[in-house]
Amino acid sequence: MQDEYVLELEHIRKEYGENVVLNDVSLKVKPGEIYALLGENGAGKSTLMNILFGMTVIRDTGGYGGSIKVSGQEMKFIAPTDALAAGIGMVHQEFMLIPGFTIAENIKLGREETNPTVLSRIFGKSMEQLDREKMDQDARRSLDAIGMSIEEHVMVAGLPVGYMQFVEIAREIDKLNIKLLVFDEPTAVLTESEASKLLEVMQLIASKGIAIIFITHRLSEVMEVAKTMTVLRDGELVASKPIAETSMTEIAELMVGRAVSSTVDSEGASTDLENADVVVEVRDLHVAMPGETVHGATFDVRRGEIFGIGGLAGQGKVGIANGINGLFPAHGTVTVFGQELNFSKLGDALHKGISFVSEDRRGVGLLLEESIAHNIVFRAMTINREYLRNYGGMKLLNQRQIDNYADKMIELLDIRCYSKKQRVGTLSGGNQQKVCLAAALTMKPQLLIVSEPTRGIDIGAKELILDYLAKLRREEGLTIIMISSELSELRSICDRIAIVADGKIAGILQPDASDADFGLAMSAALK
Amino acid sequence: MSRQILTEKLLAFFFENKVALMFSIICLAAFFVSGMSTSLFFGELATRFGRNSFLVLSLLIPVIAGLGLNFGMVLGAMAAQISIFLIIVWGGIGTFGVFAAATVATPIAVLFGYLVGKMFNSMKGSEMIGGMVTGFFADGFYQFLFLFVFGGLIPIANERLMTSTGVGVLNAVDLDGNYMRQALDNVPMLNILDVAFWAVLIFTVATVIFKLIKKQPLEMFGSKGLIKLLVVLIPLALAYLLSFIFMPFHYFLYQDRLVGWMAVDIALIGMALYWVYRLVREKFIEKQPGVPFKPVAYLVLVIILYLLTLHPEIYAGLNHVQIPVLTYLLIVGLCFLIKWFMNTRLGQNMRTVGQNRAVATAAGINVDRTRIIAMILSTLLAAYGQIIVLQNFGVMITYGSHLNIALYAIAALLVGGATVSRASVKHALTGVILFHALFILAPIAGTQLMGSALIGEYFRMFVAYAIIAVALIMHAWQRTKSNKAKSATA
Repeated sequence: MQDEYVLELEHIRKEYGENVVLNDVSLKVKPGEIYALLGENGAGKSTLMNILFGMTVIRDTGGYGGSIKVSGQEMKFIAPTDALAAGIGMVHQEFMLIPGFTIAENIKLGREETNPTVLSRIFGKSMEQLDREKMDQDARRSLDAIGMSIEEHVMVAGLPVGYMQFVEIAREIDKLNIKLLVFDEPTAVLTESEASKLLEVMQLIASKGIAIIFITHRLSEVMEVAKTMTVLRDGELVASKPIAETSMTEIAELMVGRAVSSTVDSEGASTDLENADVVVEVRDLHVAMPGETVHGATFDVRRGEIFGIGGLAGQGKVGIANGINGLFPAHGTVTVFGQELNFSKLGDALHKGISFVSEDRRGVGLLLEESIAHNIVFRAMTINREYLRNYGGMKLLNQRQIDNYADKMIELLDIRCYSKKQRVGTLSGGNQQKVCLAAALTMKPQLLIVSEPTRGIDIGAKELILDYLAKLRREEGLTIIMISSELSELRSICDRIAIVADGKIAGILQPDASDADFGLAMSAALK
Repeated sequence: MSRQILTEKLLAFFFENKVALMFSIICLAAFFVSGMSTSLFFGELATRFGRNSFLVLSLLIPVIAGLGLNFGMVLGAMAAQISIFLIIVWGGIGTFGVFAAATVATPIAVLFGYLVGKMFNSMKGSEMIGGMVTGFFADGFYQFLFLFVFGGLIPIANERLMTSTGVGVLNAVDLDGNYMRQALDNVPMLNILDVAFWAVLIFTVATVIFKLIKKQPLEMFGSKGLIKLLVVLIPLALAYLLSFIFMPFHYFLYQDRLVGWMAVDIALIGMALYWVYRLVREKFIEKQPGVPFKPVAYLVLVIILYLLTLHPEIYAGLNHVQIPVLTYLLIVGLCFLIKWFMNTRLGQNMRTVGQNRAVATAAGINVDRTRIIAMILSTLLAAYGQIIVLQNFGVMITYGSHLNIALYAIAALLVGGATVSRASVKHALTGVILFHALFILAPIAGTQLMGSALIGEYFRMFVAYAIIAVALIMHAWQRTKSNKAKSATA
């Protein structure tokens, strides 16, 4: 009985401060089973894995509740090495490889085979000489086990990405007592053929009795290889059932499924948008933003529309906004109000009437050491030469004009501060975001792009910002592109929502489309 | 091998060694301009090589462990100077005194290295500037120790060392009074052979006894076999025996210096034997296809070098060179020790840590501890290196000997083609030769060209700083380039 499950997580609970991120999650993995763990970003998958691996983050934030059993034995992991010792391995999403080492050296990293020497008898094991022959043999065996024919003494630097993934897997297999392997989005960076090879390898590993926890967003892969799946949503276990008894549509629904909050703004609805002219044309946009690459996004935005862009983290939705604004290398054609953007010219988007509220408030959006007033007018001052007084060729700040305008914006957006002279760095996240928005509007844009406007701010500020965006559209007819990870938020104010997956637009949906449609689009399964 | 591959390999070779090649050309030009005689030049170069190589080699381990160029090596030099001073006070004499100084320097250097390593761990990424500032900062303590504590707090009655007031150490401490001047350089080969023979013999016997006690098989061949020891022991024993029965050999061994051409010939024969062995192994035992490029290239190089020594001018130069045998053996020994060390588990861990700390941590390597050990080793080797330098000079400038060593050692390493993140024994040795050749030639070439030796002086100061600046710029540039490459593939 005790060996029926290789891993049992029971009633796992974890909170960060007041915030419950995992609530009563239990799952059981059998030996040799591929177990899919699904959920949106922030559903609690990473936290669960951190707990399983005894990451120090968990301990530092007050530990966790519930129990972990490995092969029926209760475990308490304090450090990552404890998990390794218990036979739990991890194939990382970003590669933990040393490019300057050979494949064999990488596979045996930290577990080198050695021979004793004279000095090792005095100074201990660290002075033992490497037994490269034995290391090569071990590496060969592990590579053979996953069906890789590549030579073990080739340098990792210069290998195709797909091969690196397999080297990582070979390393985990090489650990003798390995019982359970966690694959964290292993196919995210692979090409299609590499991904299908990886799935084969996973099945091969599982057939040897090693259990696999498979974290992924690609539902088709889950359907192909997994035996059991569990869906997490907002830290709760939503469903756990055998793959045979479910369907892709059902899983997608389970992942997204939450009550759509009532729309903030229902007037000025999308009735006449059908006939409005197209003002933004994005054609085959590629953006090289690390972690958010865009591979050929194409979409249109109509005049006076709030166009939402959603999707999971790392799929490229943030990259679109940053690419259009020239913050990362981009190519493709973007036409805004009849003018084509020139990506090679810094600040071109600003000059052509696009205002951008960055998701990186503190890094890109604000001058933290400057006052609220200066932050609000800074871009208008440098780009449009406003709020300046001309003294015979010398341009100085027009302080009075700035103060009046800042006061107006502070009142309008309800920025909570004791003075317009307060340093922006001392404001709360929500109020900083309002300053960003005020600064963007000061540019009198024709097109406003807001990226993750509600990230990390409290609910009150969130509602105010969303209300204000809706009001801008309604009263001033401003065209807005809004990027957000929170689907419910997009569905509450957008006229249309594009879902980005793998750097491309996977589908453009109406806000009232079904949960299943959104879920499928996010996992790039909607065709 | 097709011609195209050959040209590609040659181009790769030139690109790999571009810095060293450029400096070779500058040195050659300076040599011809200076009109210096080969005998003077080679003699001076051999002295400087023996004096400085150890210090430069001490820089390798931190580079490999990802700590960059160890400007903190000044602390090792301080440890050496403190211990030499103490040994003189305690009356240590001659070669024994030098080894005693090394022994005393060991715990001090280990402590300093530990402290610097601790500090570097809390400033990851800015170790180089940190090391430089630590050097200045430690110099304050060093001066306090030598100007006030010695003689002031600790009474030291030694007129040769202390100022007339009895508080504070004189600026120049003469090592000759204790017969420590060139005490390492002057050890006769006979003594070296003596010690080597008995040490290897005792070690071999100990190994056999150890294996017998542990009931391990006493195999002759194989990777753990006794054959490896016997390969060393038998020639040593023969030479030892010969030194007793064959008097000319005995008198030859009684010398402490080797004449230059003899040393060069020995080195070339050694090199030739090694590469022939490699050639045979690659071609006939491992049966690799094609002509093995490296062994052939090196054998050609050996022949060219040998032919060069036949040139009358060069032969005359080499004939004037006196090579201190023990010092050179120590340097060669350190080279092999470093190579051996990089192949141990700890060495492998250091390479891992040097390439990527996050990956090292994930592989269960204690990154901070590994970095501290690298700093301890480097500081310790720097201390030994400084002892070699000082015994060769014969005078210790109490408040000056340690000041510029990091600058010159680092510049030499970089001239050899090393970078902030990549350095090898080869870089270190080439660098010492080229950098010091330039040091010898620059003032004389300056006199010839401009009529002022100072111009040459300026030039060599300029070169030392410029090469470090360029290396740092290249490092920053490469880092941004690799970051870009990373983001492009992401």
